[in-house]
Amino acid sequence: MAISLTVNGRPRLLDLEPDTPLLWALRDALGLTGTKFGCGIAACGACTVHVDGQPMRSCSVPVVAVEGASVTTIEGLAPEGSLHPVQQAWIDHQVPQCGYCQSGMIMAVSALLAAEPHPTDAKVDEAITNICRCGTFARVRRAIQALARTE
Amino acid sequence: MGKWTRRAFIGTGTLVGGGFVLGVVGAAFSPSRHGVVSDDAESKGELNTWITVTPDNMVTILVPHCEMGQGAQQALAMMAAEEMDADWSMVRVKEAPALDAYANGYVARAVGGESIPGVLGRAFDYGTYRLVRWYGLQPTGGSMSVRTTGRFGMTVAGAAAREMLVAAAAERFGATPSELTVSRSQVHHAGSGKSATFGELAAAAAKQSVPSSPALKSGDTYTIRRTAPPRPDIPSKVNGQAIYGIDFTLPGMLYAAVEIAPVYGGKLVSVDTAPAESMPGVKGVVKLEEAVAVVADSYWRARTALANLEPTFDDAGHGGVSSQTIFAAFDQALGAPPEMPKDAATVITADYQVPFLAHATMEPMACTVRVDGSGAEVWAGTQDPLNARATAASALGLNARQVAVTNLLVGGGFGRKLPFSLDFIGLGARIAKAMSPAPVKMIWSRETDMQHGYYRPAGMARFAGALGGDGKPLAVACHYAGGGDGESVFMPYTIADKRADAKDAKHPIRTGAWRSVLNSQHGFFKEAFIDELAYAAKADPYTFRLNLLSEEPRFRAVLERVAAMADWKSPLPPREGRGISLVESFGSIVGQVAHVSVSPDGALRVKHVYAAVDCGDVVNTDAATAQVEGGIIFGLSAAMKGEITIAGGRVVESNFHDHEMIHLSDAPQITVEFIHSGHALGGLGEPGVPPVASAVTNAIFAATGIRIRRLPIKNQALRSAAAST
Repeated sequence: MAISLTVNGRPRLLDLEPDTPLLWALRDALGLTGTKFGCGIAACGACTVHVDGQPMRSCSVPVVAVEGASVTTIEGLAPEGSLHPVQQAWIDHQVPQCGYCQSGMIMAVSALLAAEPHPTDAKVDEAITNICRCGTFARVRRAIQALARTE
Repeated sequence: MGKWTRRAFIGTGTLVGGGFVLGVVGAAFSPSRHGVVSDDAESKGELNTWITVTPDNMVTILVPHCEMGQGAQQALAMMAAEEMDADWSMVRVKEAPALDAYANGYVARAVGGESIPGVLGRAFDYGTYRLVRWYGLQPTGGSMSVRTTGRFGMTVAGAAAREMLVAAAAERFGATPSELTVSRSQVHHAGSGKSATFGELAAAAAKQSVPSSPALKSGDTYTIRRTAPPRPDIPSKVNGQAIYGIDFTLPGMLYAAVEIAPVYGGKLVSVDTAPAESMPGVKGVVKLEEAVAVVADSYWRARTALANLEPTFDDAGHGGVSSQTIFAAFDQALGAPPEMPKDAATVITADYQVPFLAHATMEPMACTVRVDGSGAEVWAGTQDPLNARATAASALGLNARQVAVTNLLVGGGFGRKLPFSLDFIGLGARIAKAMSPAPVKMIWSRETDMQHGYYRPAGMARFAGALGGDGKPLAVACHYAGGGDGESVFMPYTIADKRADAKDAKHPIRTGAWRSVLNSQHGFFKEAFIDELAYAAKADPYTFRLNLLSEEPRFRAVLERVAAMADWKSPLPPREGRGISLVESFGSIVGQVAHVSVSPDGALRVKHVYAAVDCGDVVNTDAATAQVEGGIIFGLSAAMKGEITIAGGRVVESNFHDHEMIHLSDAPQITVEFIHSGHALGGLGEPGVPPVASAVTNAIFAATGIRIRRLPIKNQALRSAAAST
């Protein structure tokens, strides 16, 4: 089935079974391996992308459901050669350890801050449910608090 | 000309273009070699080069350890660069290739490394090197990279490089080495005002004689090691560019999804492959002894086709094994509680129990293998690429030298990807052989990953403790089942009669090293029991421990520090409590205090965890802090929620919905302080884990009077009897 959508600002045409998860369309059909596979049941958040600006767990979004939509992955979060403020904060606070969960974490956090630039800690806890096995939560929280304090 | 000598354990050579290469151990014992070394000597395995200085004044340091977020590569480069007095901004760090020359035996120094003097040390290192080179080992684990490879290898290599660069400068300036100083990749002669960069001196340095025992810097002159430079692997981890094992791709690559016999040791009995063969994109169905794999032109197509199969597997005769039978066998093996002195005023006993745990690395097991007529290539993220090579070779019936392994970033290790637990590499290789010559990337689903682990062993311990009339402990003893060793059962407390006896109770569940290994069970058992003994003595748990540490000043200092950090004695509101725990593992002493609150309906909130760490000295202070923070979260997740259960011989849990992990909302504030005791370097990857479970359960007792002896905490009722209070 031919499915057309925009990915990181580029129009793409995918010829895939309609129930193919967006995650695997991105990784295998489009070679965008920045979005990660962690669980396949939307429990971990490693696969988080933006669909029309909203954070979604792409392992559980069939590609047919994003026909005509605009998808942003970690590779397209910031224009080439620049960093999104969340990415910069992640470097400033040395957040990642193994880093495997961090694409999804950054996509979830950037979506939250776009919707709510100054979230309370409680709101952050509710919105950011990504799993991190290396245990970077203390730094994730510090980085978000620093971002939330800026204009 | 370069010199390789039989006596020195450091060898050097000159690179084409005038660079200077320095190796440690290994290749130094090849027959004397003179001459120029080509740029690709490393990749040909002709040279065990750890440090390269090139005419452009760049220092490149090759580190024989993987990067899994612990920052070992950078830390070891910092240690070498420190000894060289290199300009850190002119230092590049790379992972050493998976070649025999880079087999790494320094980890053997973790066993008694301190006590091996000088020349014997070199012989020990050489002997170990030959052994690991023969076996093919290049492990990262056991919290050993900094305290063994770094301490016994990298620092020496750096110091040797420095002496040879200084010697070259001395000749050039017509001075003696003692008149020269080194800083930021330059050698200076104050007397004449002359100076030269490492790059300018490199070719001449390679001709110097190799110092067999170069002098190491003293800590008070460190300018690099105790700083916190940003980690070089982080930028690619925030922009999607980092390539983990699961991300590797090749033109023409196929993808495999696999289903493995659910009971460990079980075999594939039968499967009708037709339902998969006709599915879109499927290139083949591979039947193996213990598994069936579908290979297709995309992972999703492979996985979808696999779901159409109905393989039958046998259960290796273990169909009657369950968590119930395993713990019942433990209970039986433990027998009666240990004997206590007859004249004790008070005797208490307690049983503790912990479950199997999965590593649950965020990156599920995955690897790409290409097999053709001449051999095989493997791309994966592992904690030992040489053992990955041996594993693949064995699976393919090849000689190890016919297999080339490229190690990629590791999306979480925690011990799952250690040597001898690289089952997925062997499986991926066998699938690729069936599809030869196409490269095949095998990806495990989370379900397969969760159910085919090398689990942290379940364990049970039966303790008894005796107090004298004065409230001082006379004896503490335990029987334990599920694993333990001298380090894990050790208690630093001065108690006349301390015993720990292993009781055997076998089971067929595959186990392995899970972050902090046996300390993850015994850190909970022993520090929970000491806490109970303190309360039996009507003593404050901190004071009770402190009074038993007069003979262990390092432990005492750590305990005092963490109590001060946590403001131990300050009053807390009702339903809040603090618990303390003190555990040494992998050469580091860690004290933790957990501050928790428990609501009337039993909701636990871990508010703050304080950790005081004596690991001797700290390399990269920020990365070191991150390791302790990470260990605390890892241990806390297990303590609160982690549980792998067995039924019908197989693992019950399959994904994160039933093997739960904690989230950001569960994460406490964490405060870490290091005590620079100046003792031998201790590890940091694991020591943050063992104390946290008991710190939290001890805190829960202080807050509620409820004593938890079985983990995970989520299975225990914390609801208070009078919920209205």
